[in-house]
Amino acid sequence: MAKTLFDKVWDQHVVKANDDGSVLLYIDRHLVHEVTSPQAFEGLRMAGRKPWRANAAVATPDHNVPTLNRARGIEDPISRIQVEALDANCKEFGITEFGMDDIRQGVVHVVGPEQGLTLPGMTVVCGDSHTATHGAFGAIAMGIGTSEVEHVLATQCLIQKKPKVMRISVEGELPAGITGKDIVLYIIGKIGTAGGTGYAIEFAGSAIRSLSMEGRMSVCNMAIEAGARCGMIGVDDVTIDYVKGRPFAPTGGQSSVAEAAWRELHSDSDAGFDHEIVLDAADIAPQVSWGTSPEMVLPVTATVPSPADARDEIQQQGWSRALEYMGLEAGTAIEDIKVDKVFIGSCTNGRIEDFREAAKVVAGYRMAANVKLAMVVPGSGLVKREAEAEGLDKIFTTAGFEWREPGCSMCLAMNADRLEPGERCASTSNRNFEGRQGTGGRTHLVSPAMAAAAAIAGHFVDIRNWEFK
Amino acid sequence: MQAFTSIKGLVAPLDRANVDTDAIIPKQFLKSIKRTGYGPFLFDEWRYKDVGQPEMDCTDRPKRSKFVLNQPRYQGASILLARENFGCGSSREHAPWALLDFGFRCIVAPSFADIFYNNCFKNGILPIVLDGQIMDRLFAECAATEGYALNVNLESQTVTTPSAESFSFDIDAFRKQCLLKGLDDIGLTLQESAAIREYEAERKSEAPWLF
Ligand code: SF4
Repeated sequence: MAKTLFDKVWDQHVVKANDDGSVLLYIDRHLVHEVTSPQAFEGLRMAGRKPWRANAAVATPDHNVPTLNRARGIEDPISRIQVEALDANCKEFGITEFGMDDIRQGVVHVVGPEQGLTLPGMTVVCGDSHTATHGAFGAIAMGIGTSEVEHVLATQCLIQKKPKVMRISVEGELPAGITGKDIVLYIIGKIGTAGGTGYAIEFAGSAIRSLSMEGRMSVCNMAIEAGARCGMIGVDDVTIDYVKGRPFAPTGGQSSVAEAAWRELHSDSDAGFDHEIVLDAADIAPQVSWGTSPEMVLPVTATVPSPADARDEIQQQGWSRALEYMGLEAGTAIEDIKVDKVFIGSCTNGRIEDFREAAKVVAGYRMAANVKLAMVVPGSGLVKREAEAEGLDKIFTTAGFEWREPGCSMCLAMNADRLEPGERCASTSNRNFEGRQGTGGRTHLVSPAMAAAAAIAGHFVDIRNWEFK
Repeated sequence: MQAFTSIKGLVAPLDRANVDTDAIIPKQFLKSIKRTGYGPFLFDEWRYKDVGQPEMDCTDRPKRSKFVLNQPRYQGASILLARENFGCGSSREHAPWALLDFGFRCIVAPSFADIFYNNCFKNGILPIVLDGQIMDRLFAECAATEGYALNVNLESQTVTTPSAESFSFDIDAFRKQCLLKGLDDIGLTLQESAAIREYEAERKSEAPWLF
């Protein structure tokens, strides 16, 4: 029978099917960070349980780590305790950890693929909703809660019901200046933040296939913002070339066997989907979110909408509240919105390609006078090293940007990096919820190039008209 | 985990869609390494005028009196009415921990975000999905009647209003049993140890690079 990509990976991981339609699903890779794991380890300890397979898990601290003066350690005592708890738990339970002073440390969703810990056809989980990122490798990658983190540690399995599968195809050539980030924001704008609820989304079509692994990861990363359980993309040469030679990837004789198995990881041409959406790449313009939900997003050429134009009363209330929180007037051109801060980084856009794109925009310019801070935060220590080897850090610092140490940073502001109340930020992260980047902070989600251009111009600009120096 | 059979409880209405887990429990409280103590910080930015910090004493903090959970008539509520896509965003289980610690055992909404929905069951909270039109009526009745309470029965899968009107809801059979009995599903899964080992042995021969 014809199978979708999701079906293929799912079927390979069913340990046991239960009578009620749920299955016991085997988990190949478990990524762990400091925020959602302490209570799970505590649960194991209290029940006297051991990890089922400690080598399936790999941990790194990311949310709480400082991006300045690393050598001084973590100043906030509560953050420090959490990171120390991760170190201690990994030691006690025999789990590999890339600690704060390890060059491999970074945002868990950047580290996994970079190390080859994420491989095609795997089931990958992490106590973090953006685990969806790893689906770019043709993996089923799901965010889970802390109770499930404990469940996976103890049993290497999860009890799961199979979601429905939706295919979103983006066809045609991507216009210049349009990135994976713009594609996914555009999709969320179309289907809404609950559009994918109950589904696994497969992203397909020629525009998706034309993306690098970095671009594909940005797309899958935000599947969760569309409400989906996970996002995934079929395996092709781009996937296989990326994985080859990574530290945890198969070597020797195993690598050719693995590669042959991976080449099967795409939906069969006659596979059926529960829902299908086809979009035209040519319709996608650079995206900028204007509100407090990722679905409140528009092309950079648009104007801020009026609640009077909302679809129903609930949306109308949502838009009014968002406009008030964001300090915006309906009818304002997006390009006239000035920014106070700029953040380039996160598991959505903290990879080497993202910094190359941003650096191209910045080269030869200086940050605008009204911008108080533009920070560039690599997704991992290795991304940082690579960027420095290419001289990207110099391009940023010459323009007045700050070049920081790797971590989640101002994506969610759990460390010292945050917006002050009322400050407006062009951010390459994935969430623009109220208070996400600091209490009262106002977030506009954009691609790395768009964020960089906003830092130079002091307001949003259409990257398609940018004069590269 | 605390079992859930039935409750009769005061209802609080949270009339906004897409309530995300960042709003339910802001990130600074995620630094705790405990499972309890989050109740005072539930909806922190909506409840208080100042910025909450972990472990602070909340008794004298300035409150936003308009916010629903600060209104005297909703004190002691154990059932929350919500709108579409409740619990979207981050996977933090701190969100259900905070709701539970505050006193909510049941959340009724037209739809939930997947991870949050799942996390509720792991913590003895019953998330109920009811049709949007029924939700509109419950919101209206709740606003009109001080002391509005609902009767929620998991066994019979019904929500009953004070005027004895009853609505039934769907729930997955396995989750229902776990909730009714307060079962720990790690224990249940470990009963399948032999099947897991067998799966691993077979998989290892096909795809050794995964082990
Ligand atoms: S970078 Fe942001 S979204 Fe990604 S894991 Fe860190 S906090 Fe979560």
